Amino acid sequence: MRLEDAPPRRRITLTVDDREVTVAEGSTLLDALKQLAVDTPTLCWAENLTPVNVCRVCVVELEGARTLVPSCSRKAEAGMKIRTDSERVRTSRRTVLELLASTVDTSAAASLQAFSARYGADPQRYGAQGAPHGPRDAARPGHHAVTSGAEAEGVAQPVKVDNDLYVRDYAKCILCFKCVEACGTDAQATFAIAVAGRGFEARISTEFDVALPESACVYCGNCVGVCPTGALMFTQEHSLRAEGQWRPEAQHETDTVCPYCGVGCVLRLHVQDDTIVKVSSPVESTVTHGNLCVKGRFGFGHVVKLRRNKREAVG
Amino acid sequence: MDLRPLRDAPSPEERDAIDAALGAPAAPPTPLALGAAEALRPQLLSALHAAQSRVGWVSRGALGYIAERLHMPPAEAYGVASFYALFSLTPRAERVAHVCDDVACKARGADALAAALEAALGPAGESTQGIGWHRSPCLGLCDRAPGVLVQCAGATPLEAALGEARPDVVLEALRRREVPAEPPTVIHQPREGLRLLQRVGVADPTQLDAYRAHGGFLALRRALTLGPAAVVRELSDSKLAGRGGAAFPTARKWQAVAAQPARPHYVVCNADESEPGTFKDRVLLEDDPFAVIEAVAIAAFAVGAEEGIVYLRAEYPRAYTRLTEAIAQCEARGYLGDNVLGRGVRLRVRVARGAGAYICGEETALLNSLEGKRGEPRSKPPFPVEVGYLGKPTAMNNVETLVAVLEILREGGEAFARRGTPQSTGTKLFCLSGHIARPGVYEVPFGTKLSALVALAGGVTAGRRVGAVLLGGAAGVFIGPDELDLALSLEDARAAGATLGSGVVMVLDDTTPLLPYLRRMAAFFRDESCGQCVPCRVGTVRVEELLSRVARKKPLDSWAAETERLEALAQTMCDASICGLGQTATSALSSALARFEILPKDEPSP
Repeated sequence: MRLEDAPPRRRITLTVDDREVTVAEGSTLLDALKQLAVDTPTLCWAENLTPVNVCRVCVVELEGARTLVPSCSRKAEAGMKIRTDSERVRTSRRTVLELLASTVDTSAAASLQAFSARYGADPQRYGAQGAPHGPRDAARPGHHAVTSGAEAEGVAQPVKVDNDLYVRDYAKCILCFKCVEACGTDAQATFAIAVAGRGFEARISTEFDVALPESACVYCGNCVGVCPTGALMFTQEHSLRAEGQWRPEAQHETDTVCPYCGVGCVLRLHVQDDTIVKVSSPVESTVTHGNLCVKGRFGFGHVVKLRRNKREAVG
Repeated sequence: MDLRPLRDAPSPEERDAIDAALGAPAAPPTPLALGAAEALRPQLLSALHAAQSRVGWVSRGALGYIAERLHMPPAEAYGVASFYALFSLTPRAERVAHVCDDVACKARGADALAAALEAALGPAGESTQGIGWHRSPCLGLCDRAPGVLVQCAGATPLEAALGEARPDVVLEALRRREVPAEPPTVIHQPREGLRLLQRVGVADPTQLDAYRAHGGFLALRRALTLGPAAVVRELSDSKLAGRGGAAFPTARKWQAVAAQPARPHYVVCNADESEPGTFKDRVLLEDDPFAVIEAVAIAAFAVGAEEGIVYLRAEYPRAYTRLTEAIAQCEARGYLGDNVLGRGVRLRVRVARGAGAYICGEETALLNSLEGKRGEPRSKPPFPVEVGYLGKPTAMNNVETLVAVLEILREGGEAFARRGTPQSTGTKLFCLSGHIARPGVYEVPFGTKLSALVALAGGVTAGRRVGAVLLGGAAGVFIGPDELDLALSLEDARAAGATLGSGVVMVLDDTTPLLPYLRRMAAFFRDESCGQCVPCRVGTVRVEELLSRVARKKPLDSWAAETERLEALAQTMCDASICGLGQTATSALSSALARFEILPKDEPSP
């Protein structure tokens, strides 16, 4: 639909922390909070994905509601009265962050760490993180081994390395569903991965956990692009991190246009030591909405090689 | 979307079984119209059931073939199949016994039964010459505890429930692929005044004419004569509240669906009764299936739907057989079909089976399951009355609620409302189990004292006294022996900080320690959490771990800190979980902590 064809939307007014805010009908509470510049933590929400409201760190208090409500998906209604920093809200946000930290490896999850600091979340609150009670990919729904409780059961497991382009370290996965959405209906329509299993044993998986080359994966890397915790990581970044050579502070970003086809996708080159170490696309790009294909995402080897050849020729 | 199929092929047996469930494939394969794949999806669970009941598990070949037939990505089919406890994606014994070790069966010998099977067959989950056993959450056989569900795969698969199960009988049944017939349901209370249970044990549940001879289809006739609006009016006069646990006014729900402009409308009967200790709906489904069908038809007529779906938990094989046979008889005799009772009304009813997931009793999870998806609750609003099955307005009611509608139409809404209390009208079914003389379903008017109900069931097992009563199920509350004076109505329960939930009254005697039951319930919620939201997915694990520490008398730090930890968990799970499962998962535990001495009193020495 062209912009001018869209029907006009009603404006509605609600109250957030005693401040009035007016938004277009159909907006979410998070939209309203953004308008008021209320900094709200989110993990499973992304601008270019359908809200799944599963992480629950964005919950707010809605007057008259029995429970807290997720601001990322709850539609704003006229007259709503919202509290974003009440004791109830803070307790839930803190506990959710503590529960995640007790379960997964958060070492590469910058935003989660920042939220934890903000809400005073103690990652050790439930004890030291322990191993899963069995191999996660073989878990049967509805059955588990009861543990002693001395440690907090976690999701530690070996990193999955089955292709040259990206690795899957599900010990870092908070199950935000973003990769599944990016692989499926929200971006790529490839459906190589889905949520499998149930409860604590729920996990992101291909069919029967087959390796990616046997799956429908097309290596667009859009799942990696949306992952908030580093569970999905480009191989290059993963190797550099392993060598202690990943230095975000020493990187600069350059936007350019993908050379491969006529669509004109914006590429954001992340450059460290004069070498491209990662390619992304800005989510605000009207062409890509943050998504790329395998060529734009991974097809930069020739640039690196060309520069090296040039340097060698000159040197 | 380019689908990449699994490379493994199904065996001929698997292929035939899947084709029998889905219909023969078109030859040559025809491309699908846009959006047509979505329409195939609701058949996923029945195809998985077909494959599994043929060979005992869902192999790669079978799953791949199902995904191909339904034009869906194999990863998604795997994601759905791996959600449900009754599907096995790894080779499993062809003949298995699912042994209920949940709270009500635990109170009546489940642990001993499991130990005997372990001695005979090895650890749970293993296969000995094609025979194995598993532990199971509540099978709804609490009145005949301990209960077992036997599944034998093959060309003529066998699925049957076994009550008061003895190890030798279970083993013999597995070896011979034959289960002794379950005795008919016994009603232990005087028959006068029975309304919801009036035909149970009296009318032959397999014969339509027996149903008619006991007042069957009078309500449907009356409804067709009154018209949809007047049916809802009667319901409104009756003040009927939903019997599934939430007690929502039924008339308001039906009115809301009827008023929706979007078409078609659907009616769904929630027969996924899985709340531990609940078996009242099973009794109605097995012993009065025509009543359930008649009530679904009335609901469909009242809300402007032509299709009613009974979502039945797969653990109720007898109910499945009875319902499907009853539907066939109703169709043959014109009580269902394109011209119901010659009044030009079109009504169809079908049965869809779950596959082992408590969460699918939650209405939006149930809808997803019906659509062939993982049973993950949806975010509300929108509510199913607006956006329900396949995105259309849907009226969903519990089995008992629907059967109560028949009474309302027979005697009128006002007459119905005179029974019970002013705010909780009518009679209610209660499921008495545990340490009670005569476990079973009892029907009493709302407002009956709990002590009177326990007395009606013969009181506590001889020589003992009440120690605790679990009211409302695992998502309910424990109350103490000094609270038996409670009047069983919605308002009295609410005032007492309790809930009637799904009608569970599980009695534990005064010699029974509560902690093992609390741990079983914590394990239950951990197993049954869908895994979507963090508070429930991780919170249920942390609660169980905390109770393990209580059992070992080893706090992480101090009992005071453990108490604070539990309070933060309970508050967050109540406040921030998506659905009722997470929101109520600590309810029984909190009530027990408030009333009984559960946590050790002495702090560990530093």
